[in-house]
Amino acid sequence: MRIDNNKRQVTLVDTTMRDGSHAVRHSYIPEQVAALAKGLEEARVPIIEIAHGDGLGGSSYTYGFSTTNEIELVRTAAAQTRNSKVAVLLLPGVGTIEDLKRAHDAGASVVRVATHVTEADVSAQHIAAAKELGMMAVGFLMMTHMVGPERIAEEALKMEGYGADYINLADSAGYLMPEGVKERIEAVVAAVNIPVGFHAHNNLALAMANSMVAVEAGATYLDGTLRGLGAGAGNTQLEVLVGVLNRREIGTGVDFYRLMDLAQDVAEPLMQRPQIVDSGSLMLGYAGVYSSFLLHVYNAADKFALEPRDILVELGRRGMVGGQEDMIIDVAYQLTKQSAD
Amino acid sequence: MSTDKIKVGIIGPGNIGTDLMYKVFRSKNLEMGMMAGIVESEGIRRAASLGVPVSTDGVDAVAQQKDIRIAFDATSAAAHVKFNGPALKEAGIISVDLTPAALGPYCVPSVNLDQLRMEPDINMVTCGGQATIPIVYAVSRVAGASYAEIVACISSKSAGPGTRANMDEFTETTSKGLESVGGADKGKAIIILNPAEPPLMMTNTIIVRVKDPSVGLERIKASIDEIVAELKTYVPGYQLRVPPMMEGDKVTTIVQVQGQGDFLPEFSGNLDIINSAAVAAAEQIAAEMLATKGGA
Repeated sequence: MRIDNNKRQVTLVDTTMRDGSHAVRHSYIPEQVAALAKGLEEARVPIIEIAHGDGLGGSSYTYGFSTTNEIELVRTAAAQTRNSKVAVLLLPGVGTIEDLKRAHDAGASVVRVATHVTEADVSAQHIAAAKELGMMAVGFLMMTHMVGPERIAEEALKMEGYGADYINLADSAGYLMPEGVKERIEAVVAAVNIPVGFHAHNNLALAMANSMVAVEAGATYLDGTLRGLGAGAGNTQLEVLVGVLNRREIGTGVDFYRLMDLAQDVAEPLMQRPQIVDSGSLMLGYAGVYSSFLLHVYNAADKFALEPRDILVELGRRGMVGGQEDMIIDVAYQLTKQSAD
Repeated sequence: MSTDKIKVGIIGPGNIGTDLMYKVFRSKNLEMGMMAGIVESEGIRRAASLGVPVSTDGVDAVAQQKDIRIAFDATSAAAHVKFNGPALKEAGIISVDLTPAALGPYCVPSVNLDQLRMEPDINMVTCGGQATIPIVYAVSRVAGASYAEIVACISSKSAGPGTRANMDEFTETTSKGLESVGGADKGKAIIILNPAEPPLMMTNTIIVRVKDPSVGLERIKASIDEIVAELKTYVPGYQLRVPPMMEGDKVTTIVQVQGQGDFLPEFSGNLDIINSAAVAAAEQIAAEMLATKGGA
């Protein structure tokens, strides 16, 4: 591929095997991971994230048990990659530094340390541990729709101070309007001296548009997944993103055709449900609820004979944050009790 | 009146230490012997203004008080291991350790206090552990527990810098407590900080995989109700938000802890429960001391 030094560049992060893990209920097996990782390496995707959807240590009743231990999946992916870096996600409070060490031993060289947007200080130990292991460390702020640009910039600065190599802002609920993305990315780009990235969810069918707005606002890392596979209505569809960035003449270094083929031949057959904006996903984006709650809400709605939308709206009203999947049962129970009273 | 009360010291005059002091004021068999810190602080001034002897010489000042028999350590794990734990032991003062140092065995009063009364140093696990281990124990004692998982949600405002800088210590210590005190073969703890305003009450979800589901929900419920009644004697704001439910071998319940608002706000149920547990433990130890008149 011709490298044009004047051309703007974006580094793509594939998270089909992490955020996409939600969409397949954490059922990835080594054969699937090997095929995806091999294809992503061949398509020259620079960073490939693999973990339980809720990060290292996420396998649980609350978030769903993994079919295969994620460390084994990391090892499988690492065996298939030479140029692509294998990344893991770590939410302090869910995963630990011990988990990170195991992932590093299995071949992960990047960790994205994710906290709720107002709680960056819980990431200090984990980012420091990653740097000690010689890993690339990413400060990942979730649910960025919940506070304004100034506060996000303050939290991003903390993570930069702990040693983060770049800051990733996540619109975890797929709630942000394009102008909301623009002001948040701009504020963080202005505040820190490290690159800034963006992670979209498609609950309001704005993932692609918001990703492009993020780039215009100065983001140089973008997350995406093959076929958009991810929590809620999924993420920015990676193979489409490469096409769009090509049209914009923004370089990614990724092989467009190979990536398209990988999406069609390997990712699509894995899908357990169509990655569309169904009513539940739409309500996530509309009510500002963490995307990975969706399938757990469907389960609870079934069990308690409730309307999923009612549960989602109440979760949004209560201001639940990432990782509070356990509160779905609480909300379902309280709603059932109310209607009985 | 001091003859029928045991004098206690508190090391660490921060939020936790100050709240402990107010709980000691209410105690029928404990009284404040000293509040100690290592620098002049608001906490030291507050204690002094309430008539409590104070010192900025830390554990040494407490160790020199001949009549102090029990001391609460509300500093940090590192300080407990390096200084406070050894100095108190040397002075023959029983440590009730609220740091995650865990030099001594874990203490969850409603579960295992009887076995720990003669220990020189007892550790109060974590706030999440105090709120959830009793429930796991209640389930495991009737139906066995091959796995116990808890999610503790605390409001951002009640998570101090110590908790924030040591998330792994919380999850790892609580997991161990679920196993060694709760009776689960394997424990897993998750902690979430939620910044919602007004702050949310501390909430804990407890999920146990039982070994013998044939025991049935009714017996499990009765066992949980019994331990909740016990807990309420020292944490009145403890309640089941979602009563126990059972699907196959999986038992789920959600508890909420409202603090007593002694010094810290009511939403800080996490801090209230560990402090209340520590004072409950000290009261039992004191009762023993009073009964044996100066023994040990």
